[in-house]
Amino acid sequence: MAAPRTIAALDGRPAAQHARPAPRRRRSSQWTALAFLAPLVVYLLLFYAYPLYRNIELSLHDYTPRAFVRGDAEFTGPENYLDVLSDDTFVRALRNTALFTLVSIAAQYALGLALAVFFHRGFRLSVVLRAMFLVPWLLPLIVSASTWSWMLNSDNGIVNAALEAFGVGQINWLTSPDTSLIAVTIANIWLGIPFNLVILYAGLQNIPAELYEAAGLDGANAWQRFRRITFPLLRPVSAITLLLGLIYTLKVVDIIWIMTRGGPADASTTLAIWSYREAFGTGQPDFSPAAAVGNLLIVIAFAAGLVHVHLRREEGRP
Amino acid sequence: MTGPGTRWKTALGIVLVGLMLFPVYWMVNVSLTKTSDMRADPPHWFPWDPTFEGYTAALGQQLPALATSLFIGLGTVALTLALSLPAGYSLAKLRPRGGRTIDFLLLVAQMIPAVVMAMGFYAIYLRLGMLNTVWGLIVADSTLAVPFAVLLFRAFMASIPRELLAAAQIDGASTWRTFRSIILPLSRNSVITVSLFTFLWAWSDFIFASTLNRNSDVIPITLGIYRYIGNNTTQWNSIMATAVIASIPAAFLLVLAQRYISAGVTAGAVKD
Repeated sequence: MAAPRTIAALDGRPAAQHARPAPRRRRSSQWTALAFLAPLVVYLLLFYAYPLYRNIELSLHDYTPRAFVRGDAEFTGPENYLDVLSDDTFVRALRNTALFTLVSIAAQYALGLALAVFFHRGFRLSVVLRAMFLVPWLLPLIVSASTWSWMLNSDNGIVNAALEAFGVGQINWLTSPDTSLIAVTIANIWLGIPFNLVILYAGLQNIPAELYEAAGLDGANAWQRFRRITFPLLRPVSAITLLLGLIYTLKVVDIIWIMTRGGPADASTTLAIWSYREAFGTGQPDFSPAAAVGNLLIVIAFAAGLVHVHLRREEGRP
Repeated sequence: MTGPGTRWKTALGIVLVGLMLFPVYWMVNVSLTKTSDMRADPPHWFPWDPTFEGYTAALGQQLPALATSLFIGLGTVALTLALSLPAGYSLAKLRPRGGRTIDFLLLVAQMIPAVVMAMGFYAIYLRLGMLNTVWGLIVADSTLAVPFAVLLFRAFMASIPRELLAAAQIDGASTWRTFRSIILPLSRNSVITVSLFTFLWAWSDFIFASTLNRNSDVIPITLGIYRYIGNNTTQWNSIMATAVIASIPAAFLLVLAQRYISAGVTAGAVKD
């Protein structure tokens, strides 16, 4: 993910309210409720539903830049999708998306969990130090991405200079097809650690301390306490953290685009990057295939999202 | 739970923070490095001989972009609050028909990739003549925050005691009056949380700026840095100086508003 954002979500509480008996002046209170809600509904229709509709429309027509302005694009049906699916770039972008996403969220989660456990029992300065870990997540992505670009620069980067001290030869992190995906994944993992730390730390706070005390009395060592208490009880929070990570990492554009532009030779092109490049990245905007790729991405994200909603529902009810 | 036994933890914690924040240190270090030292091999680990030429250049060229970003950030906050406060109130307390559907749609809305939204907005703005305008960018940036804001307000306002609202009603207060005089003052902290996040997201936005505003003369700071990288790759001290300046809102948040940040990140992701 680009620094994953937060997702506020259903907490199940209002469900009980919906079930309460209707108030007296039902109709007029309904109108009031809708009046307060109306701006949001109009907004959702105008600025979510309509762009999405336009996007589907783009993907079903052959929009050249000229037709884009004049609005007379030819209807082509599923042709854009067939083109995209049979394109060589598709397989590579799908593979890169899978690698980038899975490696990122696995590493972010593992490191975030290790740090959360480390900070769980307070110690001197622990609050301040934990707060410092939020920094990468708060920085604008362009700031992080350009800093990483310069650190990973082949000739003048600090990373290569440090590796050289250990006898490692020059690595062309961003300009070699063998390493560019690794380079952007490293930067992305760095960005995602704070989010994982904060969420998992909050999850740890909800585990009753008595459980650890009891386990301590029974002579369980630190590793056993982690295996038998922390990890199992953190499972619901872990599932949500990983899923949010998945949803956000799928749509990452900024960090990859700024560091490598998906290159060299598509080596770090993900589906989101491919879509962005077709539409905005070249002098020749090609909106129709870009929209088709974007819609495929939405389908993948929604599939993950449905799992997320399902998990929340299970967790949300006592 | 502090004691002599945890001193090693503090030491380890400091080392870990050092590792984690090394890129940030490096950004500051490079921003203070002389252009002539930029390609030194090995690079200078410390700014022994700091120069502010990077900052002078950055401020000289990027001041308008910083002002634009500030304006866009504040505009996005205003728009987001205006839309989501009444909606959150309605969903939390007024039981509108279809409220559950809105909840679900807001969750789904957060999953749409920004690149898809950017294409949709581009197509619409092209027709409306809103490409390369600050207003267009404010509207687009608000989509980053509105679903989050509504769900956060709804969750918070649902916890306001029903009796308080009933008392106001008995005193003859209208729904609007109740909203203004009771709900809004009580929601102060969640308003701060939402405003901070919204501002930060609008301030940091790159995708909408680079697609909807790319041919404009009035550009936000993210695009300013991006163009900088494209134009003069030798002047990394200026680029990093701009990056340091662009990070000020984040630093501000971390120092002065840290508790609101944690509240925002965990909102909804972990139930109480």
